[in-house]
Amino acid sequence: MAAADCLELEDMSDDVLIEARGIHAYYGASHVLHGVDLHLRRGETIGLMGRNGMGKTTLLRSMLGLLPPASGSVQVRGRGMTGAAPHRIARAGVAYVPEGRGIFPNLSVRENLLMAARAGHDGRDDWTLDRALDTFPRLRERLAHGGQQLSGGEQQMLTIARALLTNPDVLILDEATEGLAPLVAQEIWRILQRIRESGISSIIVDKNFSAVSTIADRNVILVKGQIVFQGGSEALRARPQLLQAWLGV
Amino acid sequence: MDPYIFLIQLLNGVQYGLLLFLVASGLTLIFGIMGVINLAHGSFYMLGAYLAWSLTAQLGNFWLALLAGFVLSVVLGILLEWLFIRHLYRRDHLQQVLLTYGLILIFSELRSIVWGDDVHSVAVPTLLAGSIPLTETLAYPVYRVWLSIVCVVLAAGMYYLIQHTRLGMMVRAGASNREMTQSLGIDIGLLYRLVFAFGVALAAFAGMLAAPVSSVFPGMGNQVLIICFVVVVIGGIGSVKGAMAAALLIGLVDTFGKVVEFEISGFRVLPELAGMSVFVMMAIVLLWRPEGLFARRLR
Repeated sequence: MAAADCLELEDMSDDVLIEARGIHAYYGASHVLHGVDLHLRRGETIGLMGRNGMGKTTLLRSMLGLLPPASGSVQVRGRGMTGAAPHRIARAGVAYVPEGRGIFPNLSVRENLLMAARAGHDGRDDWTLDRALDTFPRLRERLAHGGQQLSGGEQQMLTIARALLTNPDVLILDEATEGLAPLVAQEIWRILQRIRESGISSIIVDKNFSAVSTIADRNVILVKGQIVFQGGSEALRARPQLLQAWLGV
Repeated sequence: MDPYIFLIQLLNGVQYGLLLFLVASGLTLIFGIMGVINLAHGSFYMLGAYLAWSLTAQLGNFWLALLAGFVLSVVLGILLEWLFIRHLYRRDHLQQVLLTYGLILIFSELRSIVWGDDVHSVAVPTLLAGSIPLTETLAYPVYRVWLSIVCVVLAAGMYYLIQHTRLGMMVRAGASNREMTQSLGIDIGLLYRLVFAFGVALAAFAGMLAAPVSSVFPGMGNQVLIICFVVVVIGGIGSVKGAMAAALLIGLVDTFGKVVEFEISGFRVLPELAGMSVFVMMAIVLLWRPEGLFARRLR
């Protein structure tokens, strides 16, 4: 191996927050991911897109330790985390906002937030309950309500706020605005933009191509468990016929 | 009924109910949070009583025996969870029942080997050996009053722990969505181990507290297990509040069922049938509310 390659690798491991390499994953007998590589750099926002059933959620779950891959590796800040328990990956600074939100319906809004709150892996505690409530004022009014009493938009705000209270480096959002009214979805995108500006890196899965490509530094498109495109939004917008084929937009 | 006899029975019923609650709350928590049917739960009650008897004899002091027995039962709970129970979380109820039934047999045999099959009694500690006079002939033992107070304090502590601490929030979150709880950085395996050990310790502690008021005998675990399942079913599976209500109800029905003779359309109902009254009540409650008094609503 050339010396220059080594240097570049070292350089990357310093900069890359989470990385999946050669991931193959199965759900029962069906082979969902066929050797996927994905890495997220510090300060970067990735838009992960693809039609339903192409493996987006499976890829995220593999990276989060919720579905250990059949082969391939996962690293968080250069440390091997393949097959690690989900709580270890979370403690390394990776926060998850799942599809369907994952609110605890039997806990109040305040409890949903407090049970997760902790300092980040490096001791950082920028995100406090107060700051989260300033970012999501609607949650402040709903603190005493049960998790199941919230509207879809409020639930999504609660899940994002809860993830931020773990003071993560990386925020992974699956179906960030699915099922939300357009105005509420716009509010969520504004909030994601602010989170991006605060320096947290994210991987965002969403069906709204124009919104995702506006916020993302890099777009990744999955088709049948393989990455068919990686690159900037301009390059993608310039190829409408491929977008139609890959995403149906 | 004489008001003082009524008062004594009322106190006995409440005390029995509170003791049942200590055992049943662990059973309902372990089922509600981890989804494990733990048939061996009665064995912990039996072990507690035998520990109280043998440790009191060894250490010469009931209070030291209580403390040592509590520590031992926590350790036992942690070990059992690590060795056996954690393998049951993702398995079906049949396997859980088979394994925990096997544990009953093992504990029963171990008890027979270590302590024999005799019936024993534990002396009430001298500090609480007196009684409170009610009339010239009737008195109520101080130990039973103290026992009820200890149970109430433990129940209040448990309520506070579950409802108002972060640990309690994590436990409740884990009961509703295991995966999400893990993804928030919480080690659910450790959490489950704590809950199980806590349940074991509560059941064993109940057995230790009960030892001075009832005899210590081989079948006591299975007897309490059956009644505790009735408590859990009446209260609503997984509900600690329900377990409290059902345990008190059963304590009172069982106690008064044994002393009250009454007639139903000409038939005399004998006190010997009191054992049935609890199950009759369960049938009535389940006809009225099939999910129990406090069905836990997770969604």
